[in-house]
Amino acid sequence: MSDVVPPEVRPKPAVPANHNAAGGSTLLGYIGIDTIIEQMRKKTMKTGFDFNIMVVGNSGLGKSTLVNTLFKSQVSRRSAGWARDEKIPKTVEVKAVSHVLEEGGVKMKLTVIDTPGFGDQINNDNCWEPISKYINEQYEKFLKEEVNITRKKRIPDTRVHCCLYFISPTGHSLRQLDVEFMKRLSHSVNIIPVIAKADTMTIEERQEFKQRVRKELEMGGIEFYPQKEFDEDMEDKNDNDKIREAMPFAVVGSDKEYQVNGKRVLGRKTQWGIVEVENPNHCEFAQLRDFLIRSHLQDLKEVTHNIHYESYRAKRLNENGGLHPISCNDTQESNL
Amino acid sequence: KSVKKGFDFTLMVAGESGLGKSTLVNSLFLTDLYKDRKLLNAEERIMQTVEITKHTVDIEEKGVKLKLTIVDTPGFGDAVNNTECWKSVADYIDQQFEQYFRDESGLNRKNIQDNRVHCCLYFISPFGHGLRPLDVEFMKALHEKVNIVPVLAKADTLTPSEVKKKKMKIREEIEQYGIKIYQFPDCDSDEDEDFKQQDSELKESIPFAVIGSNTVVEAKGKRVRGRLYPWGIVEVENSAHCDFVKLRNMLVRTHMQDLKDVTRETHYENYRAQCIQSMTRMVVKERNRNKLTRESGTDFPIPAMPRMADNETEKLIREKDEELRRMQEMLQRIQDQMHTQKEAY
Repeated sequence: MSDVVPPEVRPKPAVPANHNAAGGSTLLGYIGIDTIIEQMRKKTMKTGFDFNIMVVGNSGLGKSTLVNTLFKSQVSRRSAGWARDEKIPKTVEVKAVSHVLEEGGVKMKLTVIDTPGFGDQINNDNCWEPISKYINEQYEKFLKEEVNITRKKRIPDTRVHCCLYFISPTGHSLRQLDVEFMKRLSHSVNIIPVIAKADTMTIEERQEFKQRVRKELEMGGIEFYPQKEFDEDMEDKNDNDKIREAMPFAVVGSDKEYQVNGKRVLGRKTQWGIVEVENPNHCEFAQLRDFLIRSHLQDLKEVTHNIHYESYRAKRLNENGGLHPISCNDTQESNL
Repeated sequence: KSVKKGFDFTLMVAGESGLGKSTLVNSLFLTDLYKDRKLLNAEERIMQTVEITKHTVDIEEKGVKLKLTIVDTPGFGDAVNNTECWKSVADYIDQQFEQYFRDESGLNRKNIQDNRVHCCLYFISPFGHGLRPLDVEFMKALHEKVNIVPVLAKADTLTPSEVKKKKMKIREEIEQYGIKIYQFPDCDSDEDEDFKQQDSELKESIPFAVIGSNTVVEAKGKRVRGRLYPWGIVEVENSAHCDFVKLRNMLVRTHMQDLKDVTRETHYENYRAQCIQSMTRMVVKERNRNKLTRESGTDFPIPAMPRMADNETEKLIREKDEELRRMQEMLQRIQDQMHTQKEAY
């Protein structure tokens, strides 16, 4: 749901049942509750909002490039000064980098959480654990703040709103590690699987691969975002069904521009042609961007807060038989 | 006469699944070896260990027969935990050496079947930032057993500058980790300039950036093997697009014999030397052990055991005995051979 509603779409003012035949005076009947949307818009513009996106996948699948392309700026960890040729870490690390983006007067604090080392070792047993731990730690942080007697006006939200999982474009099927990761984490975070480096596959190969991947996700009981069970009404369900049918999106990322047919486009130049990132005939980047940013950004946050965070909270409350709220001034560790 | 008999060549392909190994093999030899292959999905592959599969195909071109054997390694690198997944590959190679070793020391040596692996194409993923830990471990485990030719798979994912960068990085890392890949023989100083240049180009191209295709597409009015993308057509046999032609020429037209020679002269000899060494050690150990336990010595060491040994143990002892005896005989034969060879000089 976007925060800005153009005036033409504003619902008609409430009209009392017995308005006179001369057309009725709107002044009498109009309450003005629809202006709440404009008020919300103003507030959001003042406070801005947070969005935290995590990227997971083998090294070299173009994670950093894709995130930079999505937000049209150098927001990834790589761009923040980390060397391109950094050695593969022996254990999975979780590294977060934040930037403030501004567009149309709206400020967004975007945090990109990278997971170098995932799936790169010979033995990748349990390589998802540091990631799972990080996600739960953010929930825990939020919970602690919530449970305070004197709470902050606006609790800083570091919870992971979205996890982009990068599938290697083998053309065959999902790898074991993909299934293991998504099975274990789809219940604590919104997972959006994407097929990386889609320029490896012809259109036919891509369709076949997507079909096989979707079947495997279904067989593994993996509920990726948007999850079927959270569709609120028929409209939601229809929109989301269409998206689910098209997922996982096969994407290509790039930070270089080339001249194609007189226009400057983001793309990759090879000996046999230029792959245009935003051309829907070439890859599904535009679809992913529209889905992620232009239609479901707020929903991702809401599902994280109302569903994933709530289930974490419920589990914690049941564990300790109740939480003891503490005041900000209390220096000793809480009973959590 | 050799042309009549035909040649044989065993090529192994190794690397993670989905890197285009089967497609490349089919493109190289214009075959359709994997027609009935069933691709397993992730669930099915959980229980799978690394297999070794063999496909043999007879190719004939201009009267020359080639019996080509392709050894594939499905399952390599696909699990979550891939520790030692190269072991079954190394064991297979050793087994072929062992079989040849036995045949060579046998009585009927006219028709020995040479199943030794002459060349291993190792597929490096184009998605990484160079070699990954698994690549390094595999190549180090096998570089002294087989000729390793590294190839950069699915090269149509990469722009020309990315290809160059990756090749350099991979070559650096190969040197850094001390991996001994197959070295092209230096050309003689009396070869012409053209040949020398081709040769140095070949050496500069390692790892070969390859693209394979099972389909024929139309490009510029011609029908070629290629891949059709919305943004253009990749032609497999176009040198400007990839190193496929270089690899094929090297493998089939110019270096096939050298690959076999190096296998025979270096890798096999290594194996043989190691084998003889360990056999000698074993026999000497046994002999020494038995000298202490028997009153009267004989040439055949038969370990003395207390009478109370049960049938199983006796059977095992007898089997071990037989083996030792066989190895001793083989050792003796080899020594005689070396003796006669020496005398021949």
